[in-house]
Amino acid sequence: MLGSNVEIKNISKFFGDFQALDNVSLQVKKGEFFSLLGPSGCGKTTLLRIIAGLEQPDSGDVLFDNKSVINIPANKREVNTIFQNYALFPHLTVFENVAFSLRLKKISETEIKERVEKLLYLVRLEEHKNKKPSQLSGGQRQRVAIARALANEPKVLLLDEPVSALDAKLRQELLVELDNLHDQVGITFIYVTHDQAEAISVSDHVAVMNNGKIIQTGTPYEIYESPANNFVATFIGETNLMKAEVRETNEEFVRVFAKGIGEFECYKDKEVKKGDKILLTLRPEKIKISSKPLEGLNSFHGIVEEEIYMGYQTKYFVKLDEGYILKIYKQHVNYLLDEKIIHWKDEVFVSWNPNDSFIIEVEEN
Amino acid sequence: MKYVSGYTLWLVIFFVIPLIIILSFSFLEKTPYGGVNFSFSLEGYKSLLTIGYLKVFWRTVWISIISTLITVLLALPAAYYIAKSKFKNLLLILVVIPFWTNSLIRIYAWIFVLGNNGIINQFLRFIGLIDSHIQFLYNPWAVILVLVYTYLPYAIIPLYASIERLDNSIFEAALDLGCSKRKAFFKVLIPNIKTGLITSIIFVLIPAMGSYAIPDLVGGVNSKMIGNEIARQLTTAKNWPAASAISSVLTLITLLGVILFVRNSKKEVLN
Repeated sequence: MLGSNVEIKNISKFFGDFQALDNVSLQVKKGEFFSLLGPSGCGKTTLLRIIAGLEQPDSGDVLFDNKSVINIPANKREVNTIFQNYALFPHLTVFENVAFSLRLKKISETEIKERVEKLLYLVRLEEHKNKKPSQLSGGQRQRVAIARALANEPKVLLLDEPVSALDAKLRQELLVELDNLHDQVGITFIYVTHDQAEAISVSDHVAVMNNGKIIQTGTPYEIYESPANNFVATFIGETNLMKAEVRETNEEFVRVFAKGIGEFECYKDKEVKKGDKILLTLRPEKIKISSKPLEGLNSFHGIVEEEIYMGYQTKYFVKLDEGYILKIYKQHVNYLLDEKIIHWKDEVFVSWNPNDSFIIEVEEN
Repeated sequence: MKYVSGYTLWLVIFFVIPLIIILSFSFLEKTPYGGVNFSFSLEGYKSLLTIGYLKVFWRTVWISIISTLITVLLALPAAYYIAKSKFKNLLLILVVIPFWTNSLIRIYAWIFVLGNNGIINQFLRFIGLIDSHIQFLYNPWAVILVLVYTYLPYAIIPLYASIERLDNSIFEAALDLGCSKRKAFFKVLIPNIKTGLITSIIFVLIPAMGSYAIPDLVGGVNSKMIGNEIARQLTTAKNWPAASAISSVLTLITLLGVILFVRNSKKEVLN
């Protein structure tokens, strides 16, 4: 199977007065695993339905391999969908669910049997082929939905929150399976999710959406390490947001003053001048926590307000002398062998590399 | 257990005992002024074997089947539309409202509409399309029309219930997998509302087989159904065993028909 590239051009869609999509454009490369990530109501499912042909946009165009498909109805588009609730046909067996699209074409019974069995083998459901969907577990139903969608040999597979109905452990397993499946079939996957961890763990590219707009598109690495704004920074992973005022600038760094923290240096990723009010982000896992100040880093004194031991890491909430509460996630490598384990109410120093705190929003003075 | 026995008691009082009474009366002797003599006789059944009764039985069957088909075919799109509508509660109330009016009044309303001096004939005369009148009433088709009208709500409600319960995404899945809308209707909608279809067919067919007032009022001499014959035997002819015998045969035919129908449709569902 071969994938298509998908291009979304200036799509807008209204439901009554509510604008679900606001001039959305994006490009998905042939064969990649692309995620649409955003909170519920951000328009990601509507966009997916427009690509599937189940919904018509008010304006804009959808192109597969540079050809517009906007006037092609859903049943003629070379795209198939895995619905959020799987939408399996309750009256048909697993085998017949998978064979559904093949039976609509003029394909011989032997070929149908061969192709369906191959797909059932791919999703490991051979021994369940005569069961009805109601007799299957959630994970098995999801795999039937995958096999059914792939039976049609689509060039693009759309996945609408396919693992959100499952419990956490199964979700992880199926995510890995989906990723492997994507490598095997090689077609384009467009994956809709509200779960940032899912999106960044499996995708080649992620588009972060909010309020019907695409906020940022990039690799998982890019959207995590350099979020475009406040929304992306807080939606993807966790972070410390700090309001600050620019005191001094040089080539690479800015010296800022933040109420509740004090004066420190941060990376100058946006052009700012003295007196500008800015918003900074600093990921909690990039902060070091120690009993002595560290040389060459931004370092502040504080007291551990809260200590949450998670096994693989400990979450600390440290109240700085000036009042700001900083989240710090300390990853454990040798927990019991560490020289001194930091506990609740300990006096500590928190330190970070100026590179790791950077400007995401600027309010000019 | 408490509920089962309560339900059983209800069934026994209102169905089993009356059925036993009818069945036993059919094997008794008649008396000249109604009622029965308690001695065994097959006279009641003998009268059934005349050609006239066979004709009426046959007419009852075909009128009922055609009425049921038309009713369900009309009910299906109506139920679908209601289930998908934003105003489904309002529409359901509109479907049920006719039940609040006495059924005889509703039948008379049809006479008022279709009669020789009814609204339609008056209108046709007014626009000059006809001189005297068109005979709409007093034929099997008038009976079918009023049967369809009367039992349409009984067919709509079970169909509505099964369509409303269906997850809309299975139609979208059918479209997504290459079905046209028409194919999706037959391949996905119909098989998934089979229970509703069976229920509505039974809800219409059984009362249609036993109809009495409708053929009596709009049917005329050549559209009598078996219900009318039962009534005539019971009242005018004062032949209670014959009335009971016809009733028993009608019940048997209906029961056999329903059992065969349900069994066949179940088989299809399983296949």
